[in-house]
Amino acid sequence: MYLAALIACAISGILILVRAILGKTTFDRILAVNTLGTIIVIGISLHGFYMGRPEFLDIAIVYALINFIGTIAVLKLFSTGSLGEVKK
Amino acid sequence: MDLFKDVITGICFFIGSLSIIIGACGLIKFPDVFSRIHAAGMIDTGGTAFFLLGMVVQTGWTLITVKLLLIGVFIFFTSPVSSHVTANLARQKKMIPIGRKIGKLL
Repeated sequence: MYLAALIACAISGILILVRAILGKTTFDRILAVNTLGTIIVIGISLHGFYMGRPEFLDIAIVYALINFIGTIAVLKLFSTGSLGEVKK
Repeated sequence: MDLFKDVITGICFFIGSLSIIIGACGLIKFPDVFSRIHAAGMIDTGGTAFFLLGMVVQTGWTLITVKLLLIGVFIFFTSPVSSHVTANLARQKKMIPIGRKIGKLL
C-alpha cells in the first residue's frame, strides 16, 4: 500500500520535473519546483511509514518550511532584483 | 478492526494518488501560468489532504498524529499564499491569460 503510493509520488514527480525543465516562463519553473517540494514532503512521510520509522516526519516538517521560504525568496529576488538589503 | 483501518487507508491513498497524478498531467497539458496554478493547487490540497488523512487513520492517537496534522495545517496555509504571490507577480509582469477577452477586464 505504501509502496504503491510511493510509486504514484514518483510518477507525479517525474511529470512535474518535465514541466520544470521545459517551462516557457520563469513562473512556470517556480510553480513546478514549489509543487515538487510538496510532492517530496508527502514522499518523505510515506517513506518513513514504509520503513516502519515514522520519525522521518520531523524532516518532512522542516522541508515544508524551507520550501515555502525558498519560493517566496526566489519570487522576491525575481521581482525586485534584491533580497531586501538595507540601503546605506 | 485492523482490516477496517487498512481499507480506509487504502481508499484514502487511492484518491490521493489519483489526485496528484491528475494534477501533474494538468501541469503539463495546460497552456498558461494562470491555469497551471489551478493544477498545482489540486496537488497541494487534494493530494496532501488525502495522504495525511490515510496516515492519521493508520497511527491513531500518538505524537505522530500531531506532527502529521502540523504538516497538513502548514501546507494548507502556505500553498494559497505562494500561489497568490506567483499569480500576482505574473500579472505585474504584464502576462495576459489565454482565453476570451471580456470587455476591458484583460
